[in-house]
Amino acid sequence: MPVRDQQSLDKLKDIFSQIPHCNALGMEITDLTPGKAAVRLEYTQNIVADPKTGQVHGGVISTVMDTVAGMAAISAVSEDTPVATLDLRIDYLARADSGKTIIGEAECYKLARNVAFVRGIAHHGDSDTPIAHVVAVFMMNATGFTTTGEDTPKGEPC
Amino acid sequence: MLKTIQDLKNRSAICELNELIPYAATIGLQSYMEGKAHEADIVTVLKRKDSNIGNYLIGAVHGGVVAALLEHAAIMHVLYHVETINMPRIINLSVDYLRPCRDKDTFAKGLLIKQGKKIVNVRVEAWQDDTLRPVAAAHAHFQL
Repeated sequence: MPVRDQQSLDKLKDIFSQIPHCNALGMEITDLTPGKAAVRLEYTQNIVADPKTGQVHGGVISTVMDTVAGMAAISAVSEDTPVATLDLRIDYLARADSGKTIIGEAECYKLARNVAFVRGIAHHGDSDTPIAHVVAVFMMNATGFTTTGEDTPKGEPC
Repeated sequence: MLKTIQDLKNRSAICELNELIPYAATIGLQSYMEGKAHEADIVTVLKRKDSNIGNYLIGAVHGGVVAALLEHAAIMHVLYHVETINMPRIINLSVDYLRPCRDKDTFAKGLLIKQGKKIVNVRVEAWQDDTLRPVAAAHAHFQL
């Protein structure tokens, strides 16, 4: 399968910039190469779970990681294809601190015919001290998740 | 916040906890009680919101927001059902995405699978029109 060229990656970044929820939180894509992605999210009051400690809600970390893992999966394939998350498992390794930028990094470590296996971490700037670890599986060519109204993924399993 | 949590619990008004959480307002999380007396349970709702969309081509809610709903519903369930003086701390969450989460209100409810001395295991399901057709399900571990 041909690898995405820079123009194709730029197009993907453009698609990313139109995701309403990522824009609402202020998430930015900082790196995108075939099969790898990185995003950053600045700390704001909007993502806080406990105003007294300023601690970030776990759902925010899930959102950062679902986004970056999805970008890693879609960048691993040569053409734009609907991508749907099949599952996502997140281990919270440390508290997300008040006031600190959240960085999400992910890589697609195995691309099968219909599914992409992705792993990644979230951290505050030092990837040796992650705050979360994620593994996710994405369905590629997810016809069941498109506008056809069907809700069961079709196609051969990998 | 801890003291406030206990106060709310004592008044059986744990649903009001969402008003203290800025992120709950960001994505539109609310909770309400369902059923009566000892059978009462807590349901968490993710209100329909333009800014929650993750896939604008099919108008689906962002997978991360669905995970946030499930995690939030799980923690509300633990707070309501488990006697704890500490705020339960999430260890991990594993989400299965079962159907597209459409651009409308989404509901979630937890089920306590196992309560240990230090750890609780909770199962959560999220649905839109039909509880028998969940859009996502998850299990989570919390440390008490």
